[in-house]
Amino acid sequence: MKAARMTEHSTRLGVDIGGTFTDVVLEVGAASYSTKVLTTYAAPENAIIDGMHQVCAKAEISPAQIGQIIHGTTLATNALIERRGAKTALITTEGFRDVIEMRTESRFEQYDLNLVLPDPLLPRQMRYTVPGRMDASGTELQPLSRADIEPVVDQIKAAGYESVAVGLIHSYLNDAHETLVRDVLAERMPEAMVSLSSEVSPQMREYERFNTVVANAYIKPLMKSYLGRLEGRLQDEGVGCNIFLMHSGGGIISIENAADFPVRLVESGPAGGAVFAANIAARYGLDKVLSFDMGGTTAKICLIKDQTPKTSRVFEVARTYRFKKGSGMPISIPVIDMVEIGAGGGSLAHVDAMRQIRVGPESAGSEPGPACYGRGGDRPAVTDADLVLGKLDPDNFAGGSIALDAGASAAALSTVLGDVLDMDAATSAFGLAEVVDENMANAARVHAVENGEDLSDYTMIAFGGAAPLHAGRLCEKLGVDRLLVPPGAGVGSAIGFLRAPFSFEANRSVYMTLAGFDAGKIKTLLADLKSEATGFVRNCDADSPILSEYKVYMRYSGQGWEIPITLTEAQAMSPDVAVFEARFIEDYTKLFGRPVAGMDIEITVWSVNATTPPEAVARADEAAGSDAAPDHGTRPLFDPALGAFTDGTIVQRHEMAPGMQVAGPAIITEDETTIIVPTSRVAVRQPDGCIDLRVKG
Amino acid sequence: MTHSNVAYQVMWNRLISVVEEQAQALVRTAFSTSVREAGDLSAGVYDVAGQMLAQAVTGTPGHVNAMADAVAHFIRRIGPENIAEGDVYITNDPWEGTGHLHDITMVTPSFHGGALVGFFACTAHIVDIGGRGFGADAASVYEEGLYIPIMKFADRGVVDETLTRIIRGNVREPDQLIGDIYALATCNEIGHRRLIEMMQEFDLSDLTGIADFILENSRRATIQRIAALPQKSADGEITMDGFDRPITLKVNVSVKGDRIVSDFTGSSGLDKKGINCPLVYAKAYACYALKVAIAPEIPNNAASLAPFEIAAPENSIVNALHPAPVALRHIVGHFVPDAVFNAFDQIVPGIVPAEGAACLCNFQVSLRPRTDAPAPVDARRSEVLTFNSGGSGARPDFDGLNATAFPSGVMTMPVEATEHAGPVIIWRKELRPGSGGAGKQRGGLGQYMEVGAREGHEFDIQAMFDRVDHPAKGRRGGGAGAPTTIAQDDGTPMRGKGKQFVAHGRRVMMAFPGGAGYGAAKDRPAHLVKRDLARGYITPEAAAQDYGLSAADIAAVAQAVRNGEDVT
Repeated sequence: MKAARMTEHSTRLGVDIGGTFTDVVLEVGAASYSTKVLTTYAAPENAIIDGMHQVCAKAEISPAQIGQIIHGTTLATNALIERRGAKTALITTEGFRDVIEMRTESRFEQYDLNLVLPDPLLPRQMRYTVPGRMDASGTELQPLSRADIEPVVDQIKAAGYESVAVGLIHSYLNDAHETLVRDVLAERMPEAMVSLSSEVSPQMREYERFNTVVANAYIKPLMKSYLGRLEGRLQDEGVGCNIFLMHSGGGIISIENAADFPVRLVESGPAGGAVFAANIAARYGLDKVLSFDMGGTTAKICLIKDQTPKTSRVFEVARTYRFKKGSGMPISIPVIDMVEIGAGGGSLAHVDAMRQIRVGPESAGSEPGPACYGRGGDRPAVTDADLVLGKLDPDNFAGGSIALDAGASAAALSTVLGDVLDMDAATSAFGLAEVVDENMANAARVHAVENGEDLSDYTMIAFGGAAPLHAGRLCEKLGVDRLLVPPGAGVGSAIGFLRAPFSFEANRSVYMTLAGFDAGKIKTLLADLKSEATGFVRNCDADSPILSEYKVYMRYSGQGWEIPITLTEAQAMSPDVAVFEARFIEDYTKLFGRPVAGMDIEITVWSVNATTPPEAVARADEAAGSDAAPDHGTRPLFDPALGAFTDGTIVQRHEMAPGMQVAGPAIITEDETTIIVPTSRVAVRQPDGCIDLRVKG
Repeated sequence: MTHSNVAYQVMWNRLISVVEEQAQALVRTAFSTSVREAGDLSAGVYDVAGQMLAQAVTGTPGHVNAMADAVAHFIRRIGPENIAEGDVYITNDPWEGTGHLHDITMVTPSFHGGALVGFFACTAHIVDIGGRGFGADAASVYEEGLYIPIMKFADRGVVDETLTRIIRGNVREPDQLIGDIYALATCNEIGHRRLIEMMQEFDLSDLTGIADFILENSRRATIQRIAALPQKSADGEITMDGFDRPITLKVNVSVKGDRIVSDFTGSSGLDKKGINCPLVYAKAYACYALKVAIAPEIPNNAASLAPFEIAAPENSIVNALHPAPVALRHIVGHFVPDAVFNAFDQIVPGIVPAEGAACLCNFQVSLRPRTDAPAPVDARRSEVLTFNSGGSGARPDFDGLNATAFPSGVMTMPVEATEHAGPVIIWRKELRPGSGGAGKQRGGLGQYMEVGAREGHEFDIQAMFDRVDHPAKGRRGGGAGAPTTIAQDDGTPMRGKGKQFVAHGRRVMMAFPGGAGYGAAKDRPAHLVKRDLARGYITPEAAAQDYGLSAADIAAVAQAVRNGEDVT
């Protein structure tokens, strides 16, 4: 297939299926057209077709002219959260039937006597065992024969399972037993879809790996059928181009690979958001960026260094308990590393036993919504505080489509917070907003520290409906001097899809100490990983050069947490023990202050990411700010840093010409959101449409 | 400068985030599996008087109260006049730290603008401290390993090299331990940096204002909860296996207006072996039991812990004095909540669970090349520690948790990681059907484990199990959980505690205990009985005998399983 991508004049469609809306963005050359349509759960492809026709009509082109479609979806995530997957069985090693149920044998909340652990994806009767055992060096301890497997497969076939996951102990080191199980399944039960843990997630730690292969098997039939239907529908509409899928690691894979490894599609929407922010970072030449995406129920924060979102090897989906770490299921695949906390416009507040204001993660959702929606909500949400503090205009919310009732907000704030704490409604709103902003700031601080970063020289890029209302204050709290609010922030993920490269990351767990450093083995291993990863990318793009990024995960022997060490191609292909050691000590010292003398160092995981080169990004012209933007008077706006109401200048975003500026305190309004400029900041409209907030000079 | 209520709310939030960060740094840099995989650690921030203001919620309630008291001991021992910027203090004193020599506690004074503003402290369970090794076999604390009195690890930034040489010379894994000590110092340092940033942001010169705000609100909230309880007292007790002879814990829990006193008068005296418990550790678990029952969401600090008082006769099993052996004090400590619950259930019925597995089902294996025949050249020595859990007790409205730690909150280690740590093979680690006590709410299931060594190795297993002879008892008509069993694969019997030899080629077969049931089994809804049967949590015999499920229903469940149907 011919690569017709990312050239300045191609016609490309980005589609993001979210929980509520399906966002569609069409780019024709430099022009961009977008729309939001309601997600159609029963047949999600319908919303895509609908949205596609809308943007094609706006652009005055026919669907046949679309050169490429990039698609990301929350369908895989939702199927896991809502347990709407296929009838799935697991085949695992005898003696380890309950790995996915026993989890870490701990309670993720120590102080709840009534804690309920989430059920595993497959109840116990759907988990079957076979003998055979590998040891920790990948050597066979106990054989596995066809005769051992056949009766198990026959039971699974008789029970009518559609999809089978295979997860055996130490299979990441030796997949011989897993492939034998697949062979027997193929012979006796060819109709079953099969997922092997050694292919889906070849990493050590059985709980994470088994859970990942089960999740893959569980959503595979659903995603395969959806992707097939989507292809058919698009063909019916005259679309002849290739369709690619956004994966959780921030790149694009072919529709065939996506159907085989659907678990890689989990979190593709947020990954698109991070790619969107990374692209803006590139436009401005920013090497240290914090992306901040805040919607109705959650806020997501991601570090973007050198215009590349930070990635990780494991994450958790479907948290069941107040977004608490450990309450979901771990999925070990390459993923853009984000923190997600239960803080959004709909997050509800209450006062706890210590007379502390608590906000979220419980959300008012859209029904009944915050108290100000006047739909029966009587508990104060973040949006209510924003309204009482003057950040929102009650008559122009969501382009004037919903009239907000400030009286209802004040009443809810007073009843739930003010009466308990002896505060008026405005002070209660101040307290609520400060607590939610502090929660988000804390999440960002912890994330930065875990990555050895100091946020004070970072720039924030904010998108999502609620982010621009809170980003200015967050910057004050974090000591971040510059904030960019890009245009099109409401469909940021779908735009991000169009900026993403073709990429695939291959990982392997293989232990090696530096004392036992084996350069030949390393070369072979990394070359194997490179050819695996490159194969996936070549599948999407026959011509483009493919870059390889090498990462090894290292630690002192005896530690349990590895840190990722990036190697250059030369360092990876001519491995030198002194270089590996120096790179590790350098990064370890940066993270934790000092190295530990006299310890052996070991490598646990090897990874190669193959990717097409990043799109050439034209540097944005930057305006310094000169003329004042036309204002529409002022309204009282609370400034939390001052702890008092000020007169906020009201400006409309579409009236700000390039280079125009407004000094805080100010309110910049647009249909989708409102940007709050704190007293400490001045906002300049950049030529590319970004609103650029900086500390007053 | 005075601050608004809103500013103090923000600062309190921040301090809790600071100590969580401090704990996270420790997990990421520690060497011992007990810290890095299992989360057996704690971290906190204190005011200049040594009052704890905030503590990270980690895997170890046992450290909670113990560490809260520790900083005051450090201030007293070091002497306020000797506290200088750049200092780091250390101890593993069981009585002034957290209960046994295997916990290292480190304290770092925090200076801002040249003045002492507070302290950071952290504690971690390390794998070896010399002596006889981690186990119950010592007759006094002198045999349990190296004792480090409260002293300076670093004096104005200069590490005491004499001390580190003494430590290195006395332990089995010196690199690991020194690595852990540095990790502890690093985590305090990270906490200190975040604290100073906060003080600069809010223009604070000391912590007095925020400390008063935190302590006053916590005290009021805790006392409100206690005042709302029936002002009564009740007795509870529990009997456990002990080492050679059973141990009984007796407790009188008494609600007295603004405090609750747990008095352990009448409990067993000291044991000859190292399962005795210093008072700090028993107090930590008594306090945890009461807090989780009546004030779970109030964060741990000096004021929220103070109303929970403890009394116990000197040299009883829960108030062991120096030089009693205390290495496995966690076993008695983990039984304290069940004893307290047995009393508290008579004061406020319907809150606390039935008895569970109580103590963690831990064991350590010491592997070595076989001695009965020539060993292969690559055979090696290795120490491997694992943490495992039985079932928790059924709750008034919920079943017990299968193979989940309670009251401890530590995690298990992945089998694949354990097998990389040494030449050990875990042949089996899965749920133990039928082990949960029957009841309207069923007890949590225990688990099976089978352990052997790689070809060419033999080993000693250090067993740390209880509930062999004293399974968990049910509440309100619930049935008992299954007891612990342990034997070799050829039938050779083994003991629940102590170091025991396992010859080349043999395996140890263990079944860890289940939690007890709550309420009568006949009242359990039929759909839950069918669900449990389909999942194999209970046997068809138990479904019929304990729960009265009909033969037809049992056959229908079996058919559903054959058809691959879920039964809910």
